Amino acid sequence: MNAKDASFGKPFVPAVRRRSHLDRTLFSTIGYVSLTILAVLCIVPFILVVSSSLTEESTIVVEGYQFLPLHFSTEAYSILFKYPQQLINAYIVTIGVTAVGTFVGLFLTSMTAYVLSRKDFKWRNGFAFYFFFTTLFSGGLVPWYLLIVNYLQMKDTALALIVPMMLNVFYIIVMKSFMSSIPEAIVESAKIDGAGDFRIYAQLILPLSKPALATIGLFLALAYWNDWYNALLFVSNEKLVPLQYYLYKMLGNMDGMRKAMMSAGAVNTTSLPSEGLKMAMTVVATGPILAVYPFIQKYFVQGMTIGAVKG
Amino acid sequence: MRLRRFWDDLARYKILLLMLAPAVLFYLIFAYLPMAGIVIAFKRYDYIGGIFGSAWNGLDNFRFFFESGDAWRVTRNTALYNIAFIVVNNLLQIFAAILLFEVGGKWFKKLTQSVLFLPYFISWVVVGAIAYNLLNYDIGTVNALLRGLGLEPIDIYNTPSYWPFILVAVSAWKTLGYGTVMYLAAITGIDTEMYEAAEIDGANIFQRVMKVTIPNLYPTVIILVLLAVGNIFRGDFGMFYNMIGNNGLLFSSTDVIDTYVFRSLITSNDIGMSAAAGVFQSVLGFATIMLVNYAVRRYDRDRALF
Repeated sequence: MNAKDASFGKPFVPAVRRRSHLDRTLFSTIGYVSLTILAVLCIVPFILVVSSSLTEESTIVVEGYQFLPLHFSTEAYSILFKYPQQLINAYIVTIGVTAVGTFVGLFLTSMTAYVLSRKDFKWRNGFAFYFFFTTLFSGGLVPWYLLIVNYLQMKDTALALIVPMMLNVFYIIVMKSFMSSIPEAIVESAKIDGAGDFRIYAQLILPLSKPALATIGLFLALAYWNDWYNALLFVSNEKLVPLQYYLYKMLGNMDGMRKAMMSAGAVNTTSLPSEGLKMAMTVVATGPILAVYPFIQKYFVQGMTIGAVKG
Repeated sequence: MRLRRFWDDLARYKILLLMLAPAVLFYLIFAYLPMAGIVIAFKRYDYIGGIFGSAWNGLDNFRFFFESGDAWRVTRNTALYNIAFIVVNNLLQIFAAILLFEVGGKWFKKLTQSVLFLPYFISWVVVGAIAYNLLNYDIGTVNALLRGLGLEPIDIYNTPSYWPFILVAVSAWKTLGYGTVMYLAAITGIDTEMYEAAEIDGANIFQRVMKVTIPNLYPTVIILVLLAVGNIFRGDFGMFYNMIGNNGLLFSSTDVIDTYVFRSLITSNDIGMSAAAGVFQSVLGFATIMLVNYAVRRYDRDRALF
């Protein structure tokens, strides 16, 4: 290959080893340093937000947001939790939408993927293209929006938060490629035993697809939990505002927050710690995800590797 | 005869078709019906007439969109941002994946990978809040640091020229973990015999990475980049909207097709032109995907999308 070839077969192995050891050290140093820097960059913004949420308002206004809370204060949180109706309501909306959306979405995704994975289903390629084509071309935002608002009358209903995100072609494809790897003989033998198509799906394929179900379920759940876009478009009723959209509204609109506090019974709203409150709100809206993500991370990794095999 | 066969098949697949029905209906309603709604782009939309009852006005919506000068600006921004995202994100992800693969220490590896993945789990709203925390003129951390060093604070939210860099950095930050895992999976799939052969040939670790790992990543890089290129005219609405919102001062360097379409629809209620811009985007996107797929097919049939 190059000059190094000469060393092959000669009794100079220790020298090569020593040199490659040096390379290793240099490489490892670069590796540890770079990865540490990247990791710090990924986590520091979160530390900043948490620390700001725990800092006294006057300190923030004078000194700016700091890495460590100079003057520790839990005032922002105590105010946030003093009148928690709207926050709790937003949590309930988000939890409900996430639970229903994930469950129904998972059911429909797996059922669709199962039919497409059946090799004896003659029309499966035609239907697969029917789904796939929607990722290539679309009518755009306007017709979609008008359809949902004017024709389906979904504005200000929970359906507008759930239905548009229920199915995703990419998830169907991932699920289908997973199910295709289940031996056909299982379906065949069940058929001989007289099981119907739906029964084969529900009692045989679903239990065998648990890893794929877990992964796609998590992807769906994360998308629902983090969704604010559908609420931005379709929700004006305060009772239907999900968590992320609530945060969005509060960040852009401290007056709105004051009003909300006032209607909730707070008397003096002029002295609200608005900056600290914004960050406390961010922490509260992010908290659950941060708490569970280390545990669910490996399923995401699994899912991405399933999907990457054949996209 | 053929019709007879069709009816037989229909009977045979009865249950399977029923199981497929909800998804077929879903896409019929939420994807195919809106395609028919493209006619709005050629109409003077009014609420009484609705999509199909409104009066035609030919290509006026398109003419208005192109003559306003916005078309060129938003199209250019969308494409340039996506190109920058593709290049920067992939390079950084490959870099991190190679390091994670080679560096020892199970504990360090696991921790780093988890931390890099963290931003992926956060909603764009929270990213917007974090950006505000960092970049705000009066109390943002960046300016607090600058003041601490005795430097002039920067008015970031009023200066368009900073935003391409900020947005590229934010995109890299949010996607780093996801992409790294993707590339890490590809590296793990490389035949270990290749590494052993390189070792025997006396390759040091840098040569190993350059001559074995990176060439073996080409297929993954190509497929990921091609998928991204197919979407080059689609802006990430969540990102742009939460970072910039309706801050008109920044539009010259941050407005993309998706934010433009949204604003025309919701803020200025210009339904016809918004629809025209959306159709323009869809057609551009479709043409790009077809072109990319054609190119890939000629190069390597198996790698083509369809």
